[in-house]
Amino acid sequence: MSAPRFSIGIDLGTTHCALSYIDLAGSDGEQVTQDVLPIPQLTAPGSLEARGLLPSFIYLPHADELAPGDLALPWTAELDHAVGEMARSRGAGTPIRLVSSAKSWLCHAGVDRRAAILPNDAPPEVTRVSPLEASLRYLSHLRAAWEYAQPQAPFAEQEVVVTIPASFDPAARELTAEAARAAGCAQLILLEEPQAALYSWIQQSAGAWRKAVRPGDIILVVDVGGGTSDFSLIAVVETAGNLELHRVAVGEHILLGGDNMDLALAYAVAGKLAAQGTRLDAWQLRTLTHACRSAKETLLAKADVESVPLVIASRGSKLIGGSIRSELTRAELTATLLDGFFPAAAIGDRPQGRGRAGLTQLGLPYAQDAAITRHLAAFLARQRTATDDLAGFSAQLPDGATFLHPTAVLFNGGVFKSELLAERTLATINAWLSSEQAAPARRLAGADLDLAVARGAAYYGYVRRGQGVRIRGGTARSYYVAVESAMPAVPGLQPPVQALCLAPFGMEEGSEAALSTQEFGLVVGEQVRFRFFGSSVRRLDQVGTLLEEWAPEELQELDEIHTTLPSEGRAPGAVVRVRLHARVTEAGTLELEALPHDGAERWKVEFDVRGAAAE
Amino acid sequence: MKHDTPPSLLSRLSLAISTFFSILGDGQFALRVQALRSGEPRTEPPAPAAAPAPVRTPPVRMSEATPDGALQLLGLLQREARFIDFVQEEVSAYPDADVGAAARLVHEGCRKVLRENFTLAPVRGEAEGSRVSLPVGFDAAAVRVTGNVVGQPPFTGSLTHRGWQVVELRLPKLAPGHELKIVAPAEVEL
Repeated sequence: MSAPRFSIGIDLGTTHCALSYIDLAGSDGEQVTQDVLPIPQLTAPGSLEARGLLPSFIYLPHADELAPGDLALPWTAELDHAVGEMARSRGAGTPIRLVSSAKSWLCHAGVDRRAAILPNDAPPEVTRVSPLEASLRYLSHLRAAWEYAQPQAPFAEQEVVVTIPASFDPAARELTAEAARAAGCAQLILLEEPQAALYSWIQQSAGAWRKAVRPGDIILVVDVGGGTSDFSLIAVVETAGNLELHRVAVGEHILLGGDNMDLALAYAVAGKLAAQGTRLDAWQLRTLTHACRSAKETLLAKADVESVPLVIASRGSKLIGGSIRSELTRAELTATLLDGFFPAAAIGDRPQGRGRAGLTQLGLPYAQDAAITRHLAAFLARQRTATDDLAGFSAQLPDGATFLHPTAVLFNGGVFKSELLAERTLATINAWLSSEQAAPARRLAGADLDLAVARGAAYYGYVRRGQGVRIRGGTARSYYVAVESAMPAVPGLQPPVQALCLAPFGMEEGSEAALSTQEFGLVVGEQVRFRFFGSSVRRLDQVGTLLEEWAPEELQELDEIHTTLPSEGRAPGAVVRVRLHARVTEAGTLELEALPHDGAERWKVEFDVRGAAAE
Repeated sequence: MKHDTPPSLLSRLSLAISTFFSILGDGQFALRVQALRSGEPRTEPPAPAAAPAPVRTPPVRMSEATPDGALQLLGLLQREARFIDFVQEEVSAYPDADVGAAARLVHEGCRKVLRENFTLAPVRGEAEGSRVSLPVGFDAAAVRVTGNVVGQPPFTGSLTHRGWQVVELRLPKLAPGHELKIVAPAEVEL
């Protein structure tokens, strides 16, 4: 295999995908040659356009629905589905055949993510696809678009960086890596989206970032995309005269984004229309959602506009006679968006109901509290000690501080195209800071909100090769396996569970954890399951640390892990003593192995992605 | 063509007879035969100013616009802006407010079609109302002069419209055999 010519960054978003690339040979130091690939996609049956963003939607048409050749792409005429803009617009009329938000399903522990379950509400005759397969289809489309544009540079030979939410658990990371490998990424790296946003900011500053931040800074990245909100904290450290960046904390997975905001506005207007006696059907509500999105953008961009008229077009050919009129006023926008999603919360406020609650429900576990500022308050408070063990930060936080004080904020995601929302978020953070006599946080400006993640990902692929600054971080959690404590069984009482640390916080890519000293007895030929936990706050636990008890906030139960020992060379039913071992691959996924006490074999311990937690 | 072999007797007979009549009927022809017979070189008199037979200019072949682009644009305008619905509807029955509301929708959609498929730029960069001067040999296709059009360029006048030109055109590519005449398919909700 020849050395890669390009570093390709792929933003595999909940609502949009994008691909950016850097010509490695044509770049030097902080001067890079970077482009965004226009992605050819169907925008209507038989009609192909190249756009910078590929909407993350798949449409599964009925066999008689389209004319022959309507789904043809320049690189294939064989597809039985559409990906991109046509899928989104077609699916608006026929949602039972539309796959959307596949990424949110990919990290939904309550379902089998390899099973064909999407669209969730499709009738039996529709051939559904799995969340894994959906991700694979987006990536395959991007790969084909790349090879169509760059026939001289095969995709498999390039360095490919695929982004994931920082909050993705090991199972979701593994699934994303699996989809990327199936799509032909031979040299794959995973990168957290808030880090990618910061890389893009660094790259766009062309060296000026060194003046914009200083040692001791704590950068809060607030990334609110179409479907998810993602927070990260990155500390600026000076080592031997050089600035270093350390990602010290990531937030929980919050299914809450710009699409929820548009929908909330649409429901507010629909309620107003219903009060006037006009009822909207599902199609009209979707049209209204689109109208609300552009009205929202107008109101947020122009402070002197008091209201924006909304028109819901009739479906029939009588446009003037059949349309429904309404308007979105500034008061409604403020009540719904600012007070609903970005309320001026206090630092002591917490989201109402936990984000991951209700794993048994069949739909997506959307955040129960829409207030992004309250999620942010909870995150900063939970990570109060995130920089404690970092040189130069220990004395920074005053005694009695209730949350970690960020000194700079970087916004990312289409939602923050609205200056008003970015300002409201920053003002809320600064109010928290001033309540604890801390200086207000600065805003790091200048990011391209739609494409920053893809651009930053490509830039990361470039800096990995030795040019420019890298964000250090490693795993953002420590990981534990449940061990039943050896106490006499009490009828009716579950034996208490202890948590044994397998992988410490901050394991870098390509590193291995020590072998745990605790041994487990595995039965040959039988599947053995373990309960598995992650913690984003216990930074000091080492391999072998055994937790007797912990606060509910500290440890989060993840999907179970399991392994099956092959019976070759061993008697079925025999018990083998194994020790568990964790390592982080170069790609950035966590791998667990079981090593027998008396042999050189290694058995993979799998993450359970089949939704056992729901049972 | 070279006449190395003398014509046959029959050809010569035919030539003699036709020449005889031509000499009688065409004075100019007789003059040229006289010069030929006496062996003197002779300059042709200049052609008369008014040519007896009008010179035939080859007919201008008007190029026919291919219908594909027009149909495609119409389809886009209907899809994004409900353009055909709007124009085909009888507006006189509706109050201005209703027409205006629909016009917003059409306007927004048309803008989207223009933005996504064309890159437009003004022909003239100057502000409208300013004085502009048109040099000798100005591009008459790009600038239309109106009003007191007399004399010779350079012309000086006031810019009433900046003009528009398409800098870049990027209409969607089409699958082979795609039916363009259906600019809006009928919709049937099942």
